[in-house]
Formats: sequence, C-alpha cells, structure tokens
Amino acid sequence: MSPVISIKGLSKTYASGFQALKTIDLDIRRGEIFALLGPNGAGKTTLISIVCGIVRASTGTVTVDGHDIVSDYRAARALIGLVPQELTTDAFESVWDTVSFSRGLFGKPKNPAHIEKVLRDLSLWEKRDSRIMTLSGGMKRRVLIAKALSHEPRILFLDEPTAGVDVELRKDMWEVVRALRASGVTIILTTHYIEEAEQMADRIGVINRGEIVLVEDKATLMQKLGRKQLTLQLNGRLDAVPPPLAGYALALADDGAALVYDYDSQGERTGITGLLQDLARAGIEFHDLHTTQSSLEDIFVDLVRQAR
Amino acid sequence: MIGNLRAVRAIYVFEMARAGRTLLQSLVSPVLSTSLYFVVFGAAIGSRITEIDGVPYGAFIVPGLIMLLLLTQSVANASFGIYFPRFTGTIYEILSAPVSYGEIVLGYVGAAATKSIILGLVVLATSALFVPLHVAHPVWMLAFLVLTAVTFSLLGFIIGIWADGFEKLQLVPLLVITPLTFLGGTFYSIGVLPPPWQTIALFNPVVYLISGFRWSFFGTADVHIGVSLAMTLLFLGLCLVTVAWMFRTGYRLKA
Repeated sequence: MSPVISIKGLSKTYASGFQALKTIDLDIRRGEIFALLGPNGAGKTTLISIVCGIVRASTGTVTVDGHDIVSDYRAARALIGLVPQELTTDAFESVWDTVSFSRGLFGKPKNPAHIEKVLRDLSLWEKRDSRIMTLSGGMKRRVLIAKALSHEPRILFLDEPTAGVDVELRKDMWEVVRALRASGVTIILTTHYIEEAEQMADRIGVINRGEIVLVEDKATLMQKLGRKQLTLQLNGRLDAVPPPLAGYALALADDGAALVYDYDSQGERTGITGLLQDLARAGIEFHDLHTTQSSLEDIFVDLVRQAR
Repeated sequence: MIGNLRAVRAIYVFEMARAGRTLLQSLVSPVLSTSLYFVVFGAAIGSRITEIDGVPYGAFIVPGLIMLLLLTQSVANASFGIYFPRFTGTIYEILSAPVSYGEIVLGYVGAAATKSIILGLVVLATSALFVPLHVAHPVWMLAFLVLTAVTFSLLGFIIGIWADGFEKLQLVPLLVITPLTFLGGTFYSIGVLPPPWQTIALFNPVVYLISGFRWSFFGTADVHIGVSLAMTLLFLGLCLVTVAWMFRTGYRLKA
C-alpha cells in the first residue's frame, strides 16, 4: 500500500541560519500510529509545520495521499488535522463557535451532529457555550483537539498532546485516538512521554538534531534493542566476580551485594540455566532475584547519546 | 479563483461576530466622536463661517468626517483582525487550512470593509439630523465609500502583517493616517490654503479621496473627479501588489 505521507529530501534552514532539518526521508503508512520521538529542538515541530503548511521547506518534497503540499495544497491540507503544541486558542469566542469555525475554514459544510459528537467525545459538551478564556488549560487542550477533528481529517497530527495534561484527559485522549485509528485515520504524534509511544504507537521514529536517526516497528525495535537484566541479591558480599564465572557478562552492584547479568531475551540461549548452576557450584547463594527489560526510554536515551 | 467559499464565509462571519461583541466600541464610539465634531466644528465654529464653494459649512464637513471615520476605522479593523491571530498564535490554523491567500484577504478585508461601510452610512444618517443634506450623485457616493473602505482595509491588513507589536499597530494610524486626513481637507477646501500649501497638499493622497467623495455630495471639488478616481484606484492597486508580495514571500507569516 502506498504511504499516506511521503517525505523526500526535506530540509529546512531558517532565515537566522539555523538548520532545523537536515535531509529527511520518511514515509508514513496509511492507518498507523506513528510516534516521533526526539529531544527538545530536534526538529519535530518544524517537520510537522512543514507538512501542515505553516513553515516552508528549504528543499525537498512532501506528498499527502499523493497530493503535493505546495502545488496541490488544498487537497493535501483538507486531509490533515493539526493539534499544535502551544495552547493557542481564541479568547472571546464560545467553544461551539470556534470548533464550527474550524470546520468552515477547512471547507466542510455545516454538520452540527458531527460537532456535537466531537464535543461529547472530548467531554466538552457541557462547556459548548463557554468562552474559551474561561476554560482551564486542560479544557483548552481539548478545544484544540476538537478543532482539529471538526473537519473529519484522515490524518491527525498531535504535537506533544499530553504535555501538561492531567491523567483523565490523557485517558480520554487516547480513547479518542484509538477510535480514530479504528476508523482508519492515520495518527502522527510527538511526545516526551515515552511510555505512551510504547503503549500507543505502531511505529517509532527517532529524530535528533534535524536527522531521522531511526524508524522501526515498535515491536522490532523493542526486540532488537531490548536487553534484559537479571539481578541476584546475594547473601554475602563479593569483592570481584569469581573466576569460574568470568565467562558470563556479569557485573557487581550494590557494593558487591548483588550480581547483575546482561542477556538478550530474544537470543536462542539466555545462559541463565548455566549461570545458576555455576553459581551453585561456586558456592554463591542468593536470597532474591528479579529481571528488568530496557524500556523505550533507555533505547531512546542511548540513541540520542550515541549521536552526540 | 475561489475554491473554498466556506472558508471565506467562516473568516468573514468570525470577524463580523467580533464587531458584534464589541458593539459599543465598534459603533457607538465612532458615532459619538463624529457627533462631537459636528457640535464643535459644525455648530460652534461653523456658525461663523458662511459657506465654502456655495455649500453651508455644516454640510461641507460631512463628507470629510465620513472619510476620516472610514479611513481610521478601516485601518484599525483590518490591522487588528489579522494581527491578533498572529499575536495569539491562532494564525496556525489559517495557514494550515486549505485556503488560498486571496480567500484569506477576502475574508478579513471584506469583513473590515463591511464594518466601515456600515459605520459610514450610520454617520451619514446621523449627520442628516444635524444639517440638511442632499447627495448629488448617490451612486458615485456609494462607489467612493466602498472603494475607500476596501482600499484602506487592505492597507490595514498590510499593517497588521507588518506590525510586530501593538505599538506598531497604532503607529501608522496615529502618525500617518490621522494627520493626512486632517490636512487633506476634512474641515476645509484646500482652495482656502495659501498657494504654496495648495501645491504641497496635492501630494497628500487623502486629498483626492475627500475631494472625490465631496464631489459626489455637492457636485463641486478641489480636484477633478476623474483624477480622484484614478488616484483612489492607483492606491488600491498599490495595496493589492503589496499584499500579493507579502503572501508570495511569506513575509512575517511563514518562516
């Protein structure tokens, strides 16, 4: 299936000379949830802004469902809903008016039933006649999402949607996102909450210093880089890893009160059975053990650190 | 050319609703200030001036006052209309929407011009309460009203994109529009100026607007009606070219 968004050779250098994006090539698959991870200033928002038409690209092309974002901007933009990072809302308009305005702006005929559904899904229905300035920050965030959904986009960009958002809204939002995905909407999100990317995304892209460092299916990524650790709490203390165990990837922790074993959980042989037998043979006793798996966050931090 | 009429309507309705919310400021205050001009210049001082070009002074200043209002209100409305979304950041939505630049201009400038035209007509009706008025060329009067409102709403739009702070937003109306209007013959015929000043006055574009508008009321003017019309259209053309250039280069709108 052809990608829903195809980015080729995209770069952006701002008038100040700052190069926000080097050469970006990226395809977004139809109907997926794609998480774009990256530290502050990595170029996430610039990338989204170019696709949505807010910033001009220096070089390169972007097509949205086959429509070039410059020469065929109407068709391209009509497909896209954008929830920006900043809480940029009108102040004096009512929730209903501002959401209806967005629908009109995107060229869709009036449809009060759809607006009502969007507002109800986002728990905004009770607030429909309130002026936006009277709403809390979380409510304003909901309004921004409602505006983006008002015109029934086929592609939704969520730029840091959960920054500064309470648990309840986050839960509501992910429900909305799941429902959208189920209806075939492609979702591209950037987030700092890596657990969320881990939970929500189908694929993950890591961007750092204006370059896409990695794009991978989340499952593959977790497998490929997913190291596990076995930690053994010892009954006594060790000064060094005993020579009979030198063949294992062992390290001492907790001042010698714990042994940590690194292994690949996907490997054919994890070596755990052998290790435990050799430990018994060496007379090392332990009173507790647990395993941990590296999270996406660890992977991400590693990647970004390597790039430096 | 217009592919997204719904977007034009959305922007237009949004802008008109903004005026509706601030009805007191939008309508009452211009009418009040114009009425004050009437009391001061028309009744108090005007009673000592007999006639200018065969027109009673009270009636003579009506076209000038309407123009003064039209110019300042058009610029203020249109500049604020586009500057505010830039200031709050909500402009992101306009830029990411499937709308052409022409449609954006049509929505914002159309709404601003509509508001000033309504105001102009309201003030015209108010003036009729103070002085006996007879409009010699009503069609031309309306044409000049619309043309001027559109032209200066465009100028306001340009200022709203150019301004990078509220101070600059006030700067042009305060330092350029108001002086040019007062010196452009709002309260007098430039024929009453001493000769060198008459020539200097001809470099003031507002002179042509007021002169043409006054001609549509009384059939007499400082400059020929054709010249007035040509100068107004020229200014409109200049504004259109500037707006087109701003959009093409993304000036202060798109990085």
